[in-house]
Formats: sequence, C-alpha cells, structure tokens
Amino acid sequence: MIHMEYYLIVSTIMMFVGIYGFLTRRNLLAMLISVELILNSVDINFVVFNRFLFPGQLEGFFFSLFAIGISAAETAVAIAIIINIYRNMKNIQVRNLDKMKW
Amino acid sequence: MEYTVLILLLPFLSFILTGLLGTRLKPAAAGLAGTAVTGAVTVLCYWTAAAYFSAGRYASGVFPTLIPWNTVWLPFGGSLHIDLGIMLDPISVMMLVVISTVSLMVHIYSFGYMKGERGFQRYYSFLSLFTMSMLGLVLATNIFQMYIFWELVGVSSYLLIGFYYTKKEAVAASKKAFIVTRFADLGFLIGILIYGFYTGTFSFSPDAPALGAAKALLPVALGLMFIGGAGKSAMFPLHIWLPDAMEGPTPVSALIHAATMVVAGVYLVARMFPLFIGYAPEVLHVTAYVGAFTALYAAIVACVQSDIKRVLAFSTISQIGFMIVALGVCTSSDPHEGGLGYMASMFHLFTHAMFKALLFLGAGCIIHAVHSNEMSAMGGLRKYMPVTHITFLVACLSIAGIWPLSGFFSKDEILAACFSFSPWMGWIMTAIAGLTAFYMFRLYYCIFWGKENRELHAAHRPHEAPLTMTVPLMILAAITLVAGWIPFGEFVSSDGHAYRIHIDWTVAGISLCVAAAGIALATWMYLREDRTVADGLAVRFSGLHKAAYHRFYIDEIYQFITHRIIFACISTPVAWFDRHVVDGFMNLLAAVTNKVSWAIKGMQSGYIQRYSIWFLGGVLSIAIILMLI
Amino acid sequence: MDITLDLIVFAVLALFIVVSSVLAVTTKRILRAATYLLFVLFGTAGIYFQLNYSFLGAVQLLIYAGGITVLYVFSILLTSSEGDKAEKLKPGKFAAGLAATLAALGICLFVMLKHKFLAPAFEHGELPVREIGHALMSPEKYGYVLPFEVISVLLLACIIGGIMIARKR
Repeated sequence: MIHMEYYLIVSTIMMFVGIYGFLTRRNLLAMLISVELILNSVDINFVVFNRFLFPGQLEGFFFSLFAIGISAAETAVAIAIIINIYRNMKNIQVRNLDKMKW
Repeated sequence: MEYTVLILLLPFLSFILTGLLGTRLKPAAAGLAGTAVTGAVTVLCYWTAAAYFSAGRYASGVFPTLIPWNTVWLPFGGSLHIDLGIMLDPISVMMLVVISTVSLMVHIYSFGYMKGERGFQRYYSFLSLFTMSMLGLVLATNIFQMYIFWELVGVSSYLLIGFYYTKKEAVAASKKAFIVTRFADLGFLIGILIYGFYTGTFSFSPDAPALGAAKALLPVALGLMFIGGAGKSAMFPLHIWLPDAMEGPTPVSALIHAATMVVAGVYLVARMFPLFIGYAPEVLHVTAYVGAFTALYAAIVACVQSDIKRVLAFSTISQIGFMIVALGVCTSSDPHEGGLGYMASMFHLFTHAMFKALLFLGAGCIIHAVHSNEMSAMGGLRKYMPVTHITFLVACLSIAGIWPLSGFFSKDEILAACFSFSPWMGWIMTAIAGLTAFYMFRLYYCIFWGKENRELHAAHRPHEAPLTMTVPLMILAAITLVAGWIPFGEFVSSDGHAYRIHIDWTVAGISLCVAAAGIALATWMYLREDRTVADGLAVRFSGLHKAAYHRFYIDEIYQFITHRIIFACISTPVAWFDRHVVDGFMNLLAAVTNKVSWAIKGMQSGYIQRYSIWFLGGVLSIAIILMLI
Repeated sequence: MDITLDLIVFAVLALFIVVSSVLAVTTKRILRAATYLLFVLFGTAGIYFQLNYSFLGAVQLLIYAGGITVLYVFSILLTSSEGDKAEKLKPGKFAAGLAATLAALGICLFVMLKHKFLAPAFEHGELPVREIGHALMSPEKYGYVLPFEVISVLLLACIIGGIMIARKR
C-alpha cells in the first residue's frame, strides 16, 4: 500500500509551486491559475486525510466537494473582475494595478 | 404679592422681543415697547412699594421680609441650595422705586437723545436687559442669585458702554469695565463660596449656629464680597473703569453708571449689614476708610477735569464713597447708637440716584446741543437752554447740600454719622462735601456762565432739547426738590424700627457753611468770563494740577503693572514656554510621525505580490521561531 | 516495500502532477499555462479515483476540467493578444520569490514528515453514491444540507456578481 506521506508530499509540492507562481507571475490570469493550484493541493489533502485517517466519515470528502464548488464561484467572479480591468486598462499586467496604493 | 414676578418677567420679555426682532421692528416701535414695559414695571414697583409699606409692621415694629415667590433651582445636598426667588424688604422695595423711576426716565429721555441712531432697537433691548437684571439683583433672595444678576448687570453694562462699537475708545472702555469688574467679582465669588461652605447656606440671614461655625472665616468672606462690591461701585483702586465708561451713550451713563448699577456695591454691603455688624465690624470700618479715601481722591480729580461727563463720573465715585463711608462708620445696628449711617447711606443712595441721573441727563442735553463733551465748547449756555439750566442748577444745589433740597438731608445724616464715629472722619467728610460743592459749581459755571465759545455757537446755535428730553429732567428735578422731606427713616433703618430723622443743626450748619464757601469760591473763580484766579492757581500748582488732571496717574500705574510687570515678566516667558516647549514637543511628535510615515510608506506599494512575499516571510519566521522554541 | 500496481500508478500520477504544475507556473505563454493546469486537474482526478472516490473524481473532471478550464481559456482568449508573453522578471524579485517558496516548502515538508499522524486505517472500497446523496441532503448530524444550500446561494450570488461586474456599461 502507498504511504499517506507520499500523497502529502505531492500536494505540498503542488501548493508551493502555486505559491511560487502567485509570487512571480505578472499576469492576473496566471496568478489565478496559481491560486487554483493551491486550492487543488488542499483538496487533495482533505481527501487523503479522510481516506487514511477517518475512513468511516465523510467530512474531508464533502469539504473537497464544496471547495470545488466554491472555487468555481471564485473563478467566475475573479474572471469577471479581470475582464473588467482589461476593459479599463487594455491589459491585465499586475504592475499597472497600483491605483490603490498610499 | 405674586405679581412681583412680573417685575422681572416684563423687562425680560421686552428684551427678548426687541432683541430678537431687531431691525425688523421700527425704531419707534421698539422704543415704545421698551418704554411701555418699563412704565408698567414702574407702576408695579410703586404699587408693590405702596402695598408693602402700607401693609404694616410686625408687632415688634419691624417690616416683614416677604418672599412672595421662591423656587429651589440647584440643590447641592444638605442645606446648601441655590434658590431663585423674590424677596421684599425695606431696602429692596426702596431700590425697586429708585431703579424703576430712573429707568423709566432714561427710557423716555432716550427717545430724544438716541433719535436716528443706528441700533436704536438694540439700545432699547439692552436697556430692558439691564433693567431686568438690576431689579433681579435687588430682589434676590440669596447671595448666589444676587451674584447671578450681578454678572448680568455687568454684561449689560458692557454691552451698553460698547454701544458705539465702531468707536475704538468705546470698545476699549467696555472691555476695561468688564475686565476690571470681573477681577473684583472673582473676590466676590470666592467670598460667596467661603460663605456658603462654612455656613452651609447662601441665604442672607443664616441661623445662629451656622454663623457660629463660620465665625472665624466670616470676616474673610465678607471682606472678599466687599472687593466685589468695590469693583462694581468703583472704589479706589478699582475705580478706573468708571470714568472710561462714559464713552457709552449719556442716558446709559445716567442709568447705569450714576444711579443704579454703581450703587450695587453699596446695596451689597447694606444687604450683608447685619453680618458685617455682628461678625466683622473691623472689615466694615475698613470699607469706611476705603470709601473716605475714594471720596477724597475722586473729589480732587473732579475739580480739574475738563470733560463734563468725566467730572460727573468722578463726582459719582465720590458720592458712592460717601455712601460706603456712611455704612462703614456704623458701630451697631441701633440707629440711635451708632447705626445711623445705614439709614443715611440708603437715603443718600436714593436721593443721589435722582439728582445724579438728573445731572447726567442734563449733561446729555448739553452735549446734544453743542456736540461736544469739553467745557471749552460751552459757556454761557443759560440763554439757550433755560429748562436744562434750571434743572441742572437744582441738581447742583442738591449735590452741594443746600437746604431744602434732598441732597442736604441725606448728606447731613451721613456727616452726622461720621461725626458720631470719630470727629476727624466727620471733618474730612465735611471738607469733601465742600469740595463737592466747589467742583459742581465749577462745572455749572463753566457750562452755563463764564466765557462763551462764540465762534462755535455762531456756527451751530445751541438749542433747547426736545420735550422727550426735558420732561424727564423736570420730573427728576421735582423729585430732587421734595425727596428730602420723605420721612426715610420711617421705612429704612438699620434695625428695621421706625427712625425719626432729626437734623443736628450743628452739623448741618457746618456743612451748609462749607457748601456755601465752596459755592462762593467757585462763583468767584469761574462766574466771570476771564478766569484769572483759576488759571493762576493752575499755573502756580501746575504739578498738582497736572497730576489731578491725569487722575494721579492711577491708570498709568495700572498700565505699568499690567504691561511692564505682568505681561513682560510673567506672560511673555509663559507664552515663550508655551510656544516653544509645549508646542515644540507636539510639533516634534508630529514631525517624527510625518518623517517615519514618509520613510515607510514605500511598504504600502499597492502590489499584491509584494504583500504576499512579506506575508510569506512573516509566516516563515513565525514557523521557524516556533520550531526553535 | 514491494512494488505494486497501485504504487506505479501513483508514481506516474505524482510525477505527472508535479511536472505539469511546475510547467504551469513557469511557461511563458498563458494559454499553455491553462493547458498545464488542465493536466494537473486531470492528475488530481486520477488521485481521487485511485483513492476510490470516484464521485469526487467525476466532480473534479466535470467542474474543474470541464467548467473552469474552459472559463480560463475563454478569458485568456478575450484578454490576450497574439504572441503575448510574460515579461521578464527582475532577477532580484525572481530570486526572492523562489527563495521564499523553497524555504517554506522545506519547512512544510520537514514539519509534515516529522509529524506523527494517527495510525492509518486505509479502507478499500467505493463510497456508494446513495450514501453521498443522503448525507448531502440530510439535516441531521453528519448531514450537509445547510452548507449545500449556502453554497447554492453563493453560486447564485457569484453568477449575478459576475454578470454585474463584467457587463458593459
């Protein structure tokens, strides 16, 4: 059988790859993709914990289920905002989005 | 006698009405409203007086002290509470008559005098305010209510002195009056607080045990209260505001700065008289010395002033000095045994109010006619203004103390009281009475006789004042003529029992002689057109003349003390400390905050990724710290 | 530890996921990034299947791979012009991001591997869909009707919000 830690290593790597992308990408959509990676890694963790540690229960399972639904909602709103930004600024580079500073 | 509440409410309503409507009201309407209300108040006051004095005495022979209306306004716990109410006793009823009479005369007179002035409505509104507060002052049931109205009187005086607020001198004078009296009132307030704290009441007549408990501090409290009274009544050295207060309209001077407000200090001492006699006779005698010195000082200064209103102002100060002296020389509350001064003081207050108001109103007519306050613009005016001339002469004779005018009777009682206190006090006051006669007739001759300023009078012919101005003069002159025959002692005396005034003809003879001598001297010096004697004296004693003309440099001393000592040595360093140390510290804080903010504002870059790096770094360090622990 | 089919499948999936996710954040072209994301999502679905959560895997494929990725592709097509490439990052920033990430990854792995989890009680066997359905609609304990309804309202709000934000004014 496979050790639970293997799954966790995979999800951790995915999580930090996502964080790296979030920190270094300059395109709003690329940043959003990174966020999706982070979310996905968390989903994996939930499911793995559910399956390995509390197999009789369904919390992890449903948490992932709902997280998927919420990430869909979040993506929809974020993309709407990005499109709006694009409409106003003609690009979606994050360095242009400094109107709110100071 | 609940209707006495109206005595306060009516002028107050008039003040509110004319004050709020302001220029929306026609000047004549505002004046009529104010005068009508004052007339009604006068009728009420006379009615009250008649009802009060005809109601009869207690079996003990004392007039009752009535409190027709009273309400606890501010309870402090225990027996200490501030009441608002109305108290009728012989002196307050007497004051009602004085105030309402003079106020009504001034209201009528102002119709003519203030005609066409800007702010006519404001003027009448302030007059109503003053009338209300002065009546409230005398009707107060307790010392604190008296203090409240005392301050209201001060405010209305301030407003009326500064009536011509576009005139720099008037503004300065109103501020001076306000500040000087305020300093004095500080003493009054502290006195009230000591009194209230130790006796446990603000009432004028606390119970004997309360007084016994406060016995040690009662003289201090009464002395401090007298400082307040001295400020209002222009006693030396707090008199400096009164001559300057003449910048106000002349009827105001007649009402406030001659007849009513300035005697508030006298009234205060009279009100506290039983306490003074019982617990602080030495303080009372100090007031006598202060009063005597003030009377002498003011009389000397009055002899050389050239502005007729200034002469009258110093004469007022001097006469109030007389009243204070009369109170101060009392040694017991029995009018037959050294308590005569109380009655004499009140009597003089009454007669003085009438003839001094008359003098001021007459001076107003003269100023109205020649458009100047200076004696040099006058002279020979008797031909042009017969009514003013005769009434002014009546008032001068009265203040000089010539039989049978009212001033004779009251002054005679004062002198008698002084002689019974100590002979030299009597002689000094007699001498001052002679000086009074001299300077009043100097004034009289310089205005109505003497050298006429022909060029000025040719350019602008003086004319008699209109009827609205002369009628009050005639009424006041009539009162002055007959007021001496009022059996004043029947109504007011130090122990409340009827006192039959009898004239001590030795004293009266001396004072008559001295007055006649003063008048004769003035006649000799000032009647003719050329004043060789007077001018010669002025040259020979030029130092004294100059000093007296400058009021013995009291104002300059004040100026020196306030500017050179207080402002320069205390206020300036304090201001420097405030500006540089206190403010500097605050500025330093602000500057540091500002600088630091500028330095770190780069962290607030607005770039979300930079924030996330910081966030990640923070989480990392926390995690490392937790792991290391 | 002997090599089983399970392990091989997992190894393949893990490798696929890691490589795809790294490529997703490093590729210069945004459309490729979206494609690699799709691969990651497929891999994740594979892991769900391997863990015998077929329903969750199906949901993952349906919503993520089918819905969200399409959304991404459309928005990328809307907002990017031809040949649009990610600009060069300043070396300093790149290094900072990389260092922070690697450090955090190290710490996280260290903590995770050091931690003593509960004894694994792995159970094979498919989760029946009937059970899922009952739990989803049950208001009792271990029932999820309330979150379910809340999420439905949230989705509705997001639809409305998305339209409001993105519509032309």
